[in-house]
Amino acid sequence: MQKQAIFQSRLLPYALVAPQLAIVLIFFYWPALQAVIQSFLLQDAFGLSTTFVWFENYIDLFKDAAYFEAIVRTFFFSFAIAVSSLSFALLLAVMADKPLRGSMLYRTLLIWPYAVAPPVVGVLWIFMLHPSLGVLSRYLRNMGIDWNPLLDGDQAAALIILAAAWKQISYNFLFFLAGLQAIPKSVFEAAAIDGARPMRRFWTVTFPLLSPTIFFLLVVNIVYAFFDTFGIIDTMTRGGPGTSTVTLVYKVYSDGLLGGNLGSSAAQSVILMVMVIVLTGIQFRFVERKVTY
Amino acid sequence: MANVTLRNVRKTYPGGFEAIKGVNVDVGDGQFCVLVGPSGCGKSTLLRMVAGLETVTGGEIDIGGRIVNQIEPADRDIAMVFQNYALYPHMSVFNNMAYGLRNRGMKEAEVKSRVDEAARVLELTSMLERKPRQLSGGQRQRVAMGRAIVRQPKVFLFDEPLSNLDAKLRIAMRVEIRKLQRRLNTTSIYVTHDQLEAMTLADVLVVMNGGQVEQVGNPLAIYEKPATTFVASFIGAPPMNLMSTRPEEIRSQLAGSGAADAGILGIRPEDFVITDQTPADGVVLPLTVEAIERVGAETFVYGTRAQDEQRIAANPGELPPGEVIVRIPGSEAPPIGEKIRVAAMRQKLHLFSGDGRTRIEA
Repeated sequence: MQKQAIFQSRLLPYALVAPQLAIVLIFFYWPALQAVIQSFLLQDAFGLSTTFVWFENYIDLFKDAAYFEAIVRTFFFSFAIAVSSLSFALLLAVMADKPLRGSMLYRTLLIWPYAVAPPVVGVLWIFMLHPSLGVLSRYLRNMGIDWNPLLDGDQAAALIILAAAWKQISYNFLFFLAGLQAIPKSVFEAAAIDGARPMRRFWTVTFPLLSPTIFFLLVVNIVYAFFDTFGIIDTMTRGGPGTSTVTLVYKVYSDGLLGGNLGSSAAQSVILMVMVIVLTGIQFRFVERKVTY
Repeated sequence: MANVTLRNVRKTYPGGFEAIKGVNVDVGDGQFCVLVGPSGCGKSTLLRMVAGLETVTGGEIDIGGRIVNQIEPADRDIAMVFQNYALYPHMSVFNNMAYGLRNRGMKEAEVKSRVDEAARVLELTSMLERKPRQLSGGQRQRVAMGRAIVRQPKVFLFDEPLSNLDAKLRIAMRVEIRKLQRRLNTTSIYVTHDQLEAMTLADVLVVMNGGQVEQVGNPLAIYEKPATTFVASFIGAPPMNLMSTRPEEIRSQLAGSGAADAGILGIRPEDFVITDQTPADGVVLPLTVEAIERVGAETFVYGTRAQDEQRIAANPGELPPGEVIVRIPGSEAPPIGEKIRVAAMRQKLHLFSGDGRTRIEA
């Protein structure tokens, strides 16, 4: 079998890949390069002059306590979002895997939230949990909880984690369900005959057999929590109150576009870029190699 | 240790489909019972009902004097070998076998001695630390067996355990299973669609069709006296020749032999002889040779009868109407296209009612 296509003209193959290359170059490499260049520059407050400052933007960042806080906060958010979203999705998938009437319907319904854009997710949750407008806020207050995420930083953080995790459940659910269905039913039946009760069966058979899926989703969820939660944060809290919900990605935006400190913002985005590369590297290294039990 | 009794067992699915239509089977202590039938006949469903993996919608399943209809699979004191072995892929061979024992809170020393003993019997000792994916099909099959025997259950259940093995290994494992079951003397129920496996393994053979039991009994007794045309054509290979008794050619030969009510005549391929003579008491059929199959020790001659438009209810494994198989020893065979006469003795004939549901003893 001839795998290579044969082109009459030498130029045709290049012409065919050119549109794709152009998109990648213009929309990915060009901005990335701009960010790297920008991160070595310092502008004055009015944007009239620009100075080349080598690594000063980076050095300033690592001296800045606020930046360090944002790093810790981002890691905490990622961990909390990944763990809560993964565990809840796994619970739902295990339930939905049972042969029940109408399972197709609620499997479909469970996948829907994934189609909702992050800012819309933010708005939805704000409507439910806004201190004065929220439907659920009244119940929380009636239960004696002093619910006000607009003033209380911890509550705001919890709200972000809740909304971000909720959105990701669908995606995780889909993969877990597929993972569960890939395990032959007879393995569970053998475990049932072998005297393993449902909980033990889950921890000794289901969970280990799902471990490749769990690892893959863990990486995907961390990447999601790192970068894709911007829309949720921006619509719900705008990083506030104070800086209690400012993550690394949000800080790039607020320092650069709101604070006008383009050099520092660019340096931060370069650091984030390195993090994505590392995470993607981990994903390729382990997931592509197919982690097995 | 235990006998298994099925009393009028039924299974109706929520959609109204009746998979098992009232089955009665009695498997004595230590007996090897084989459920055989074509795919979709309900044999696997029935086995899974005994295991507790399918609910019972009617009747009773009794294991060792205890009605188990509402009892969890784990508490029925049974062990099952699955068609795909269902080994735990993330556990070593040792842990696969030990899992069921540990779940029941057995002391680790006892677990080890039991697993080691089973591994010795099944020649798995050198593989205890391997994972299932590092084993061949036959070895996996033995691990699945080991997982069943370490528990020392009252009943073994086998769901087509050999169907994923190649032909040679299948025969070897068949003998192994039989020997093991004899030695352990554990009541066993075995599901297969392979009539040869069924014949060779069974103490009690249960032939099933369409959710019902067609015939229960000793395999040879079933072979010699099939109760219905379904059993007649399913048990025995190549299948029994079945033909209508209506054509004058056959009717006249059967006259006066108490076969007046019979609608279908059955003759096994090996009960024919090619001959020019007309036996004093028997049936002679003129055939045209259509095809020859030489297997070495024996030869199958496929012939067509002169005229037979009478179609008999088509069952799995049954021959097309008008075709007759004759088994002759050796490799000597008449040439294709030759007209021959085959004869069968009177006592070798099987007679059935016109619908094939009843055997008629002449």
